[in-house]
Amino acid sequence: MTAPTRGRTRAEEPAGEAAAPPRYAALRRFARGYLRRPSGIVGLVMLLAFAVAALVAPSFIHPHDLDVTRASGALMAPPTGAYPLGTDENGRSVLFLVIWGARASLFIGVVATLMTVFIGGTIGLVAGHYQGRVGALLMHVTDWFIVLPSLPLAIALSVVLGQGASSIIIAIAITSWTGTARLVRAQTLAVGARPFIERGRALGASDPQIMVRHVLPSVLPLILVSSILTIGSAILAEATLTFLGLGDPTTVSWGSMLNSAFAQGAVTVGAWWYLLTPGIAILLVVMGFTLTGRAIEHVLDPRMVDRA
Amino acid sequence: MTMLEVRDLTVTYRYGGASLAAVRSVGFTLDGGEILGVAGESGSGKSTMALSLVRLLPPGAGITGQVLFHGEDLTTATWGKLRAVRWAQASLVFQGAMNALNPVRSVGEQIAEPIRLHERVDHRAIGRRVADLLDSVGVSSRRASAYPHELSGGQRQRVMIAMALACRPDLIIADEPTTALDVMVQAQILQLLTDLVAQSDIAVIMISHDLAMLADTCDRLAVMYAGRLVESGPAGQVFAEPRHPYTQALSRAFPRVGDPTSRRAPASLPGEPPALGAVGDGCAFAPRCSLVMPDCLTRDIEPWPSGPGREAACLLVLPDPAVVGEDGPRVGERHPRVGASD
Amino acid sequence: MTIDRAAPAGASPTGGAAPPALEVRDLHVTFPSRRGRGPARAVDGVNLTVGAREIVALIGESGCGKSTLARALVGLVKPTSGEVLYRGTTLGYSNAALKAYRRHTQLVLQDPGGALNPRQNVFDAVAEGLRLHKDTDRLGARVHRALSQAGLRPPEQFLERYPHNLSGGQQQRVVIAGALALEPSVIVADEPVSSLDASARGEILRLFLDLRDTLDLSALVVSHDLGLAWNIADRVAVMYLGRIVEVGTVEEVLLEPKHPYTRSLLSVLPGTLSHRRPILLTGEPPDPTAIPAGCRFHPRCPAAAELAPHDPRRELCHSRALPPLTGTGRPTSVASCHLIPSPVPSPSGVG
Repeated sequence: MTAPTRGRTRAEEPAGEAAAPPRYAALRRFARGYLRRPSGIVGLVMLLAFAVAALVAPSFIHPHDLDVTRASGALMAPPTGAYPLGTDENGRSVLFLVIWGARASLFIGVVATLMTVFIGGTIGLVAGHYQGRVGALLMHVTDWFIVLPSLPLAIALSVVLGQGASSIIIAIAITSWTGTARLVRAQTLAVGARPFIERGRALGASDPQIMVRHVLPSVLPLILVSSILTIGSAILAEATLTFLGLGDPTTVSWGSMLNSAFAQGAVTVGAWWYLLTPGIAILLVVMGFTLTGRAIEHVLDPRMVDRA
Repeated sequence: MTMLEVRDLTVTYRYGGASLAAVRSVGFTLDGGEILGVAGESGSGKSTMALSLVRLLPPGAGITGQVLFHGEDLTTATWGKLRAVRWAQASLVFQGAMNALNPVRSVGEQIAEPIRLHERVDHRAIGRRVADLLDSVGVSSRRASAYPHELSGGQRQRVMIAMALACRPDLIIADEPTTALDVMVQAQILQLLTDLVAQSDIAVIMISHDLAMLADTCDRLAVMYAGRLVESGPAGQVFAEPRHPYTQALSRAFPRVGDPTSRRAPASLPGEPPALGAVGDGCAFAPRCSLVMPDCLTRDIEPWPSGPGREAACLLVLPDPAVVGEDGPRVGERHPRVGASD
Repeated sequence: MTIDRAAPAGASPTGGAAPPALEVRDLHVTFPSRRGRGPARAVDGVNLTVGAREIVALIGESGCGKSTLARALVGLVKPTSGEVLYRGTTLGYSNAALKAYRRHTQLVLQDPGGALNPRQNVFDAVAEGLRLHKDTDRLGARVHRALSQAGLRPPEQFLERYPHNLSGGQQQRVVIAGALALEPSVIVADEPVSSLDASARGEILRLFLDLRDTLDLSALVVSHDLGLAWNIADRVAVMYLGRIVEVGTVEEVLLEPKHPYTRSLLSVLPGTLSHRRPILLTGEPPDPTAIPAGCRFHPRCPAAAELAPHDPRRELCHSRALPPLTGTGRPTSVASCHLIPSPVPSPSGVG
């Protein structure tokens, strides 16, 4: 009663066709809603900048630019006209390194997140929908994984699987799917208790139909938002693990840059450009994913569509 | 002196630059030992009106007018004074006792809290007061140590009433006190409230969408529509012989078992109440009114006397409606739309 | 609008050869025990019929099992024992049988705001049932027709709106349209108007009467409100703790109630403006995990409490269980009570 609004703004809109509403209407509505959120646009622009740079990097960065034996710059030199972000201990351009590093960091972040969301989402959905023994068992397994300390586990996994991108991806996925699983299960349970699920059953829906038509659409936005937010933390985890020396030493990534900057004493010699550049790149990408995720979360809430 | 006198009370919300009136020029008086029912459908402003009496509104709500409680205007009272009033003199009973009670503290502690904070009495005296209060609302005093989830819905609502009574208030504002309860439990709670009022000098404002329930329980009845009081008067009369077309329609919407005209003929009121802020000149009910006249759309409508102790905000109650214009109401055309569907 | 809405004489389920639209025989639904309590006998021996073109009101307090009974009738809850019959055929519980049954019997829920998926617009909400049954020929036209049967006219105005843009009454009409799209012959409605404002209440109730007149629908309407029965029903069944305690025509049960529980419910009905004091029931609210011995109503029964200490009927109330009621309550209402002189039909009510 105290809310000063009664949403009836669409009442005056002209009536639509007698047939089904157009298919892409929802997508258009989503785009319109998203464009109304400045923070989301900023986040998306940041992500696109990194993504485009990473994708087109091979067209302007030659392999020999990154080859320690062919690098031509001064060693650990501060930013100059030819090297806008300075050079590393081998005389390579830090700008080129950070752009090239985006490829590995984004790739590992995205793939690790896909695995995380796939494992966590499936287990969460099944555990939430089929309560009883199946659900209880799955939740026991989840709880068991939650209490495992993630960093030591990831280190141990990398040691077992050997250094490299794939072991880092697996380590990230295995230690972070539990969060997604619990989130998805909670949402599935909440949706399952809503009366429209019972209405669906009364209308004749089977279990899989309820899952696909009602539970999944209600859970998907959450999965989408959570996975976009997870990419940020996966990139951080990649940087952490690589910084600790668990990555492939021959691949350039932001974590490996930080690792060698630290190993070469960038802190003590005051080579701030070497240390700050990958750090800021990580910060911007994580922020970009967070802003985008929050904006999508907000726009996908159907109660928000007609406001603002 | 009247305990409570409300004059020209208006509550506005600022929303997106616009200023929307949720309560408009409401006025009434209330004496000790009296139960006033405020009826209205969702969105009528009845809860906002009641909460604004003790300034319990979200930020952004502006209150104008006067709320004279024991002669003191609460709309301009200092926060210190207002706090004292809220603690000790006017208490609230909300719908949904489960949400209003703290789940991790025993009900006895929760009843004792305002007494302990407000009055300097020793531990044992508080214990006795809590036991007495629980007895007076029909809950065994042994249940003082129970937690809210251990009580039934009716018992929780009784505990809420005991809490409201804890500091011996003069006024109780009860917002939908029985809405979530079963019919039998509702009847018990209402009996309890009326008995308490009969034994004391407490005044009660009872807010509900259930006009029939209020008619049975209250001494006087006020009906709100789109933020205004459209009709007020003795409860039984307002329900049985309403003068305002809205009250007439609302009253008909409640079934009367045994009344042949409502058998297999549920009465309803087509249309929707106006959205907040979408009220223009004239009578807010005019778009749904079956007796609407041209003047209704333009003239200022205010509560006019419509009988002994009664008021109705409708041109039809004026002694000679014809004076308001040449197109005044023609009696022969009054056909309340009992059964029309939209 | 003062046409006689009484069900035609042919509707009497006792009369003609046609089987009732919906019937339950000795239905029991028991839920397994939880948190140290005994098993809950939510429905504990119920016989009930809904004739063709008949509207039956099922009245009771919360916890009496009326919602469970409603769900058992539409096949959402599988009975522990007993059977549900649709037009004389026993309902099976295989997936295929249930799916076919959904075309005949539809459920309308209490809270229309919650019963509609907030992500579906009106078109999708109404088309949902047809799509689930993969029956999408001329989908648009059928959705149109269902919306207009449910009183949302013109339908185009509503198709693209979302539930939160509709009033409570309109939401309930969308739910009803979704049920009508499957062209059922019976609608089971669980508290269809209890969350609606008074002005919308009458509109939805009238819709049930209109649907009976125009589409020959039968309905079982579950409610806590005896006034609802007066407004729309032909017959009324009063339920207490898993059993029907009184059943009969609305006129007879509401004007000459026999069972003390019915009398008590009627006495607390607001708006009668009578000055007689309501008969308030005391004691603990009914608990299906602990059904009392004897007559299940006796701990709260005002009539049993008034019996003299040595009245032999007192012993009956306390210790002898009553059999489940049978019959439709036509032409004379029946009640399950030891204190009613004789179950044999008498020309005028006994109450």
